[in-house]
Amino acid sequence: MESYLFPFDSLICMLLGISFTVWFTLLLVFIIVPAIFGVSFGIRRLYMKSLIKLFEVSELMLKMHPVSLEQEIHEMRRGGAEPEFDMSDIFYFCRRGVESIVDDEVTKRFTAEELESWNLLTRSNYNFHHISTRLTALWGVGVLIRYGFLLPLRVTLAFTGVGLLVVLTSVVGLFPNGRMKNYLSDKVHLMCYRICVRSLTAIITYHDSENKPKNGGICVANHTSPIDVIILASDGCYAMVGQVHGGLMGVIQRAMVKACPHIWFERSEVKDRHLVAKRLSDHVADTSKLPILIFPEGTCINNTSVMMFKKGSFEIGSTVYPVAIKYDPRFGEAFWNSSKFGMVNYLLHMMSSWAIVCSVWYLPPMSRMEGEDAVQFANRVKAAIARKGGLADLLWDGGLKRGKVKEVFKEEQQKLYSKVLVGMCCLFFFFCIHFFFLN
Amino acid sequence: MGSRASSLLREEDIEEIKKQTGFSHSQITRLYSRFHSLDKGENGALSREDFQRIPELAINPLGDRIINAFFPEGEDQVNFRGFMRTLAHFRPVEDNEKNKDPTSGEPLNSRTNKLFFAFQLYDLDRDDKISRDELLQVLRMMVGVNISDEQLGSIADRTIQEADTNGDMCISFSEFTKVMPGKAIDITADLQNGA
Repeated sequence: MESYLFPFDSLICMLLGISFTVWFTLLLVFIIVPAIFGVSFGIRRLYMKSLIKLFEVSELMLKMHPVSLEQEIHEMRRGGAEPEFDMSDIFYFCRRGVESIVDDEVTKRFTAEELESWNLLTRSNYNFHHISTRLTALWGVGVLIRYGFLLPLRVTLAFTGVGLLVVLTSVVGLFPNGRMKNYLSDKVHLMCYRICVRSLTAIITYHDSENKPKNGGICVANHTSPIDVIILASDGCYAMVGQVHGGLMGVIQRAMVKACPHIWFERSEVKDRHLVAKRLSDHVADTSKLPILIFPEGTCINNTSVMMFKKGSFEIGSTVYPVAIKYDPRFGEAFWNSSKFGMVNYLLHMMSSWAIVCSVWYLPPMSRMEGEDAVQFANRVKAAIARKGGLADLLWDGGLKRGKVKEVFKEEQQKLYSKVLVGMCCLFFFFCIHFFFLN
Repeated sequence: MGSRASSLLREEDIEEIKKQTGFSHSQITRLYSRFHSLDKGENGALSREDFQRIPELAINPLGDRIINAFFPEGEDQVNFRGFMRTLAHFRPVEDNEKNKDPTSGEPLNSRTNKLFFAFQLYDLDRDDKISRDELLQVLRMMVGVNISDEQLGSIADRTIQEADTNGDMCISFSEFTKVMPGKAIDITADLQNGA
């Protein structure tokens, strides 16, 4: 019996060995080596083009009506600025209230954007039920390709990229400080980030590269997902800012900082705004250090709008290089809904999507003007980023994802209404009396 | 995300809600999506906290009163039916409705029902009268701290004087409807669907 199985055994082993070698060679030649040299064969773009054709076909098959809802909210014309109260005034607030219940500008920014047509991923489908066998078969083939072929490939690349990053930065860290070290560190960082980019099949188009951030500046960008860092860092070298983590992240952080100075804060230090500001300013003052990369929104937004920028990074007084990042949601939803999915789940989603397609625009540098305070400067930068990326410019705070809105906004509304009731001069008069007699 | 929300809503339910509220099929599925995205606890019902999470509603001076209107007497949860029934008050009146069968009962978004909805925002204790205190409460909510008690009191007195016809120093629903200008009122939120 054994003699029958023996030749099969070795045959299978041989076949496995050969296919493994072939696969690995292909991986090396087509993915890792180009990544090292920053060259592209254009395979990913070809892939993207064929995906677009595929989606058009499936759209025809589905003949879906646009799911997105257009709500027109007229502003109610108030019947003149009567100083008298009218019982119908209540209707104004009533209508506004109900309209915000039906749809509001803020809560929808914290969940993924709805697509107009299906991209064959169940996670982005809202009306999925069996339409036709052909479509389901197409979707099934998609699942096979994504989970059977793309996912293992990407996971391998991801491990390679991260592993190389840790090892090589530690090696570079052994060199004495100087130009050689900086040069090597740049090359190592770029190479590893490029491998990571390929591990996500990220197809990135960089625009206006002449405005790329320079040493001694701060780069600000809108935030959609943790991948933003990889996308920006594979095209330029930045000093990262962040909290010290434990575990794998901590290992990566410690290794990176050996090769070139990044800014990692302890948890306790994050609360101290002066300390944070000081470390940032010290870093930008040293022009041999790389530009700092900061995401002023403070949290992940779903890439349809830009929310309030925290003013901290704008107080430092160095040149600000704004960058706009816009993802194409057809190929894979890059937004990280951290209240719904953990990091591992999110990465799994990323790696089993079709691709991550995005555009990066480098905007011309901006500085704080005379007589402009940090908040106004932040808003100016935010408006420029929103305009370039085609995103809605909102004044709302990204912190509303988790926290409540401040009372002061309600007080603003009340003040406005009171002005209508009593008229401007009466209100002013009232305040004067209040001030003089009660102080 | 809208997720698979619409698949949890059965066709019979949609038909019933359609009959009761007059919303179209696509409007109902759309609003169900919205209901589902507000329902963070994913238990098929909304609580007051779910409403208060909407920033634009939280800063509305009458936000709490409006939220209250969704919850039936003494309840802390509102299901999708209740949600739609309250929203139905704000549905715009369509032209083809004017020719509707009069025996089918008054639609939820008739003028009378709209006015009654607003009346109930004032009338907290549900005694079918708006007293001076109740009026003052609502006024205070709308103006915050910017107007003095005396001024607010005089505004309230003036309003009651103008509206009150039977001299009981309170505003009943019929007095309320008479005070409302005919066409100037428009509390219909536009719930148009692009499809």
